[in-house]
Amino acid sequence: MISRRRLLSLAGASALLAACGSNTGRDGNGQALKQWYHAYGEPGVQQAVERYAKAFTKTPVDVQWNPGDYDSKLATSLLSGGGPDVFESTPQISSVRAGQLVPLDDVFGDARNDFTDSILATHTVDGKLYGVPQAVDMQMLFYRKSFLQQAGVQPPSTVDELVDASRRLTKDGVKGLFAGNDGGGGVLGGPALWSAGLDYVRDHQVGFDDPVAAQAIGKLRELYSSGSLLLGAVKDWAEPDAFTQGLVAMQWTGLWTVPAIQKALGDDFGVLPFPKFSSSGKASVPVGAFGAMINAKSKRIDEAKEFVKWLWIERTDYQEDFNLSYGFHIPPRRSISEKASKLTTGAAADAVKFVRDNAKASNPPDWTSVMRTAFNDAVSRVVRDGAPADAEIKAAADKARDELKRLYG
Amino acid sequence: MRHGRAFWLFVGPFAVGLLVFVYVPIGWSLLLSFFDARNTVTPTSFVGLRNYADMLTDAPFLRSLGTFSVFAVFIVPLTFVLALALALLVNQISFMKAFFRSVFFLPTACSYVVASLVWKLSIFNGVRFGLANTVLGWFGAEPIAWTVSTSPPWYWLVLVTLRLWLQLGFYLILFIAGLQRIPQHLYEAAWIDGASRGWQTLRYITLPQLRTTSIAVLLLLLIAAYQAFDEFYNVLGTDRGYPPFARPPLIYLYYTALGSGGQDFGHGSAGAVILTLLIAGVTLLQGKVITR
Repeated sequence: MISRRRLLSLAGASALLAACGSNTGRDGNGQALKQWYHAYGEPGVQQAVERYAKAFTKTPVDVQWNPGDYDSKLATSLLSGGGPDVFESTPQISSVRAGQLVPLDDVFGDARNDFTDSILATHTVDGKLYGVPQAVDMQMLFYRKSFLQQAGVQPPSTVDELVDASRRLTKDGVKGLFAGNDGGGGVLGGPALWSAGLDYVRDHQVGFDDPVAAQAIGKLRELYSSGSLLLGAVKDWAEPDAFTQGLVAMQWTGLWTVPAIQKALGDDFGVLPFPKFSSSGKASVPVGAFGAMINAKSKRIDEAKEFVKWLWIERTDYQEDFNLSYGFHIPPRRSISEKASKLTTGAAADAVKFVRDNAKASNPPDWTSVMRTAFNDAVSRVVRDGAPADAEIKAAADKARDELKRLYG
Repeated sequence: MRHGRAFWLFVGPFAVGLLVFVYVPIGWSLLLSFFDARNTVTPTSFVGLRNYADMLTDAPFLRSLGTFSVFAVFIVPLTFVLALALALLVNQISFMKAFFRSVFFLPTACSYVVASLVWKLSIFNGVRFGLANTVLGWFGAEPIAWTVSTSPPWYWLVLVTLRLWLQLGFYLILFIAGLQRIPQHLYEAAWIDGASRGWQTLRYITLPQLRTTSIAVLLLLLIAAYQAFDEFYNVLGTDRGYPPFARPPLIYLYYTALGSGGQDFGHGSAGAVILTLLIAGVTLLQGKVITR
């Protein structure tokens, strides 16, 4: 017979064990598929995606909303068996090479031709598609029309004009441009390369090992040291506050801010791509799209594929609702974006045009964290410390070359 | 010694937790540091000491170790002296002792993240209506972008004041505890022997009697300096990553091991082991120098 105290200690131990093995929701059949989203800022998105999931009748789907550092949380969960079955992200070559993702070419079917090519490219690794694009996001330059008029400044169409405009628009406590609290190095590094006809990675080679890259990054330094940038704002570049509060005449931010800016400023704003630097370069907008992806460790890959196909290929009404009813995104499918009335006028129409003509992948699958850290460090040192651009860019290119050699041999 | 059931009932859960959540991960991390462990924690390709060689020649990692050795050289004595001075003051006063002790200890209870956001967003934000810039404005000075500007590196002012505010109270309490353990009769004897109340008793009685406390405080401060993460990450980190300056080794390793766009646990773990050895080495050295 077990004494009472013995029983108590056993109970304590089993409670501890039970606490360790949390319910992952994927043991046994008939349980729900787990789907993860990062926390969208716009109100209503969470309710919407829960509504979509509920409408899928074949299998129950549990939606998990993940505030905070979604990328790290997702990456960690993909290592263990407890991750989601379906999740949103952008594919990285490292996860593909580690066998963490399921190729989804068969999910697309005929709809493949309906997706914008530049967007599909951001979900393609080694010739296979790993995500079904859900919503296109892009960044561009917003400017206050009235501020430019008062100062007699034309909307800039070259990088030199941008630097000049930023300088001339700085007066009476208003700064010319806000491009992030780090002085623009973070968000404008890519656009600076593209403005000079370069890129992060091109055909498995370093795309910026070129003296022109140093000149283009040098322009960001010129902008920073001109004293015309807003620095240390309360909300960073991804929020429209500095622009709508009239702290700046121009701001680099995202398409997602259009509704808030429209509400605050009415028609008094225009949008531009990042201008070209040299004649070989081009105006550009960074573009990215979260896609629905499937965890290779999922025990229910077929059901997950069915769900992804249903939600992101078949239910075009949900795709339209997801893109346009809450925040402001461009539907990745032409058949939807072309008929969306919200996208035919004003800044939104311009944005659609930029995505068609000037799109550059903001986060290509083979731009790994090692390369990104090396490049961002170099840009930051040039812009904020005034370090010599050619040496810094060269060092970053060397690091990127080693990494590409490891990836592609 | 034979332990009863009660012993295991109370100690068991804690010991199991320690084993599962502390010792196993440490051992695992050590194991990972010898493997090419990209996007996996169960690696198969053994690389020997290559990860260590890579990390020891990795310029950003070495630079962050260097930066934080310099940081330690400044922050450790500064916190030590300020905490000791405050402890002596709080211990001296005869009224509202408990009040002052609590007031100085209170920030220790504040979350690092919350304090970092207050420092970054309201006290030291870069726009003209930030608290620090408003004060500057009274004197007619231009607003300063505190956390952005690298010449002069104002971000150190933000980070150091934040760290002092958060940590001082904890070390203050340690010192007060130490001070209260010094027997009063030592002071009385000294006064009878003609020692002056200020410097002489401090130099020949208080400080020697605080020796064990001082060693503990120095040790904790040093470890805390190398383990800097929270306030740095929250003040200087952005959604585009962390700038290449004032980058604590742990933040660099965090991005290496868990950064989006490729997890590299091999190099991350090797870096962590190097950092651990460095902290252990410096601590031993410090212990040797002080106890000599």
